[in-house]
This record gives sequence, structure tokens and C-alpha cells, in this order.
Amino acid sequence: MTQELILFFILAAVAIVTAISMLVSKNSIYAVMFLVLNFVTVAVLYLLLNAAFIAMVQVTVYAGAIMVLFLFVIMLLGAEKAEKGKDLPWQGPLAILLGGALVLELGYIIFSQQRGLLPGIEAVSESFGSPASIGDVLFNRYLVPFEVTSILLLVAMVGAIILTRDEREEKS
Amino acid sequence: MDLALLLEWAIKSIILIFIVIGGFAYVTLFERRALARIQVRIGPNRAGPWGILQPMADGIKLIFKEELIPDRADKIVFVLAPVLTVVPALILLAVIPFGTSISLFGRTISLSLAGDVNVGVLYIMAIASIAVYGIALAGWSSNNKYALMGGLRATAQMISYELVLALSFIGPILLANSMSLNKIVEAQNPIWYIIFQPIGFLLFFIAAIAEINRSPFDMPEAEQELTAGYHAEYSGMKFALFFMAEYGKMIVVSFIAATLFLGGYLGPFVDRFTWLGPIYLGIKVVVLIFLMVWIRATLPRIRYDRLMALGWKVLLPVALANVVITAMLIVLVGGF
Repeated sequence: MTQELILFFILAAVAIVTAISMLVSKNSIYAVMFLVLNFVTVAVLYLLLNAAFIAMVQVTVYAGAIMVLFLFVIMLLGAEKAEKGKDLPWQGPLAILLGGALVLELGYIIFSQQRGLLPGIEAVSESFGSPASIGDVLFNRYLVPFEVTSILLLVAMVGAIILTRDEREEKS
Repeated sequence: MDLALLLEWAIKSIILIFIVIGGFAYVTLFERRALARIQVRIGPNRAGPWGILQPMADGIKLIFKEELIPDRADKIVFVLAPVLTVVPALILLAVIPFGTSISLFGRTISLSLAGDVNVGVLYIMAIASIAVYGIALAGWSSNNKYALMGGLRATAQMISYELVLALSFIGPILLANSMSLNKIVEAQNPIWYIIFQPIGFLLFFIAAIAEINRSPFDMPEAEQELTAGYHAEYSGMKFALFFMAEYGKMIVVSFIAATLFLGGYLGPFVDRFTWLGPIYLGIKVVVLIFLMVWIRATLPRIRYDRLMALGWKVLLPVALANVVITAMLIVLVGGF
């Protein structure tokens, strides 16, 4: 237990530091790389929780596919140096206000329900994060939401293809 | 967690890294000799008998070369990029089983670091998707348009062919009913999966060659168009690291192909003499590496738009059809 606790705190520290560095760094390539590091750290946290499948998907989808696209777009547009935001002056104060509200809510919930945040939850079995058990739950218990999500993704894909095609026809 | 187990893991990890590093040195020699033979030349044969010391000579030469960092380059990323490129090649072998298990010093030691992990195939995918960063960042940080173009090409090509690579994994997973590479090898006991999945193997091989930027898909470093692509500005040991990553990935991809489609460590008498397992696996890997060298010697580089068209319009639909047909056959015939 202590081993896991030490590991957790080191990983948590890395995750927080990389997240803050991502926000602060002026060069957007650095920001992307910090975010990748953050995603990988979170994946290792999932591994600590016995959820190997989620960890691998986290690395493949977020750290791999999505962030590579970010990097690709930044490199392609040459938008490494972020310009100082002059428009939207109300954005900063509003962000602080909303963030503060969220922290207050979170604090209230944690301190008002000290007996356990999620009542009725029991220790899960060792194999709950294995690919087999996730597939079992996904394709038996949550089959309809799963199919609806896949149709949604398909629509999004078709939409993206149509959008790029229209642009090309306008040019020619 | 006892100390002996930690020691066992450490020793296995070191052996795996040595397989890639030592293999890298000799695959370069193997490729140069084989290419020379195909082109009716002799190849490097001066350093030691049959040129066996040539990799050492190359290494020593590269160490003593001047290390150049371009003035306007992003120094941190420039130094970090070669390292990021090598690491995936070094850690991928962790899930490959080299055999069942042997008993040594009164302990049974399984001949793999993490072959039993139930997400083995996903681990390969995860590392493959991370492997793009080194090349992309090398291209960007050099502050050189050829390098940037090389990096962009590499990124686009690797994300496109990753899809085909992932879909070609599904055949063996469905047939073996598991994502652990150990189970996949065991399930191939009488018949290798290349028999059931000939198209899957072909798809995997093509996608893997594109994924590791080997000829005829070596667009990111096409000499005629991009001088040397993403590593145009690198010299000395940093260049050697890119070189090592390329050949290391060749070795690793051959290991994965041998494990998923060619029965891994299986072979005659392997259930009686476990030590034959690594030897059989090694033979299969050498055959696959020779195949890649042969392809490089035979095929010209294809044009970049053709490469993308091949990936998205030919390989991806075929891979999808392969998955659907495999799944349907397994349901209808009831598995093999």
C-alpha cells in the first residue's frame, strides 16, 4: 500500500506540474509536449488502478493520435509563438470567477460528505479493467449507448469529409 | 515484491535492450552486404573477416565526428528528439515471448518480460502511436525547411498507416481470443496464422514498412527531394541515434510479425527443448529482415500522394474487409 501511495504522489506531482507548464509555456510546441507528458502520467495512474485497458487506450488515443494532430497543425501553420490575446478582455476575469465557483462547489461537496464520496460502492475485482470484462460490459449491458455513440462518430467523420471537400471545390 | 524478482526483471530488460542495440549494429552490416550482393557488388569487407568489425568502425567514426547544433534551432527539443525516437524501439520488445519458461538456479523463469500481459497488442499500438513524436520534433526543431517537410511527411504517413497496422492486428486477436502475445503464440501451435490471415500478414508487413519509414516508403528522408529529411541537420552521435532507431524498429517489427503471424518461438521439438524457442524466433526475424532489405533493393520509392492514396484508398478498405470477413468466418465456422 505504501509503495502505491508513494508512486501515486510522485505521479500526481508530475501530472500537476506538467499541466501547469502546459498552460504557462509560451511556445505552443512545448505546450503540446507537456500535455502529452500529462496524458502519459494519467495513463500510468490508470495502470496503478488495475485498469490496463484504459491506460493503453489513453496513450494510443490521447497521447498518440490526438496530440499528434495538434502538433501537426501547429507545425503546418507555423503558429509556435502564441500572440498576446487583445480581444476578449472579459475572458480572464470570467475564467477566474467560474474556476473559483467550481473550487468552492468541490470543497463544499468534499467537506459536507466526509463519510465517503461515493456511497454504495464496493471494492472492485482485480479483473474489472481487463479488455475482456470491458468488452463484455460494453457489448452486453451498454450495447445501445455504444451503438448510438458509434453512429454519432460516423456522422462526425462524414461531416468532416464533406467540409473538406466543399472547400476544395470552391478553390478550383 | 522480492529482490530476486526485481533482479530477474532488470536482467531481462538489459538483455532485451542489448538485442536491439547489438542487432542494430549487425543489421546495418547485413543490409549493406545483402544490398551489395543484389547489386552485384561486394560490400564492406575490409574491417575484419567478412567485414564483421565494420559496425564498430562506423560507431567509432561517428563518435569522433563534430556535433553540430544549428544556431537558430530549438536546442532542448533538438537534443531531445533523437532520444525520443530511439526509446520506442528499445521498449517494444518487452511484450514479445521468446519461449515458454526455463528453470535456472532453482527458479522457473519465463522467457519474456511481460508476454502474459492481457493488453500486449494494445501496448504495441500505444508505443507505435508515441513513436511519431521524435521524428516530428526533430524536423521542427532543426529550423530547416527540408527537415520540417520531412517531419510533416513522417507524421502524416505514420498516422495514416497506423490505422492499417491496428486493423491487421485484429485478425490474430480474434483467432487467438486474446490480446496477450503469449496466448497468441500458443494458439498458433499446429498452424501459423499466416495461413489463416495471408491478407492480414501482407497488410501488416506493408503498414509496418511505412510505419518505420523504410524504402519504398521512406518519403520523410527522400534524398532527391529533401536532402535527408528530418535528420538533415543532425550529425555525430545524434545522427547515429536516428540510424539506430530506424534499424532497431526494423528488428522490433520483425519480432512482432514473427510473433503474430509466423508462430513466434514455435517450431519442431520446441516443447521438449525450450532453448530452441529463441533460436526459431531469431531465424524467423532474420528471414523477415532479409525480406525488408530485398524490398529496398527491388522497389523504387513511390510518390508521396500515391503513398497516401495507397494507405487510405486501398489498404484501409482491404483491412476493414479483412476484419469483417475474419469475424464472420469465426462466428460461422466456430473458431479454429
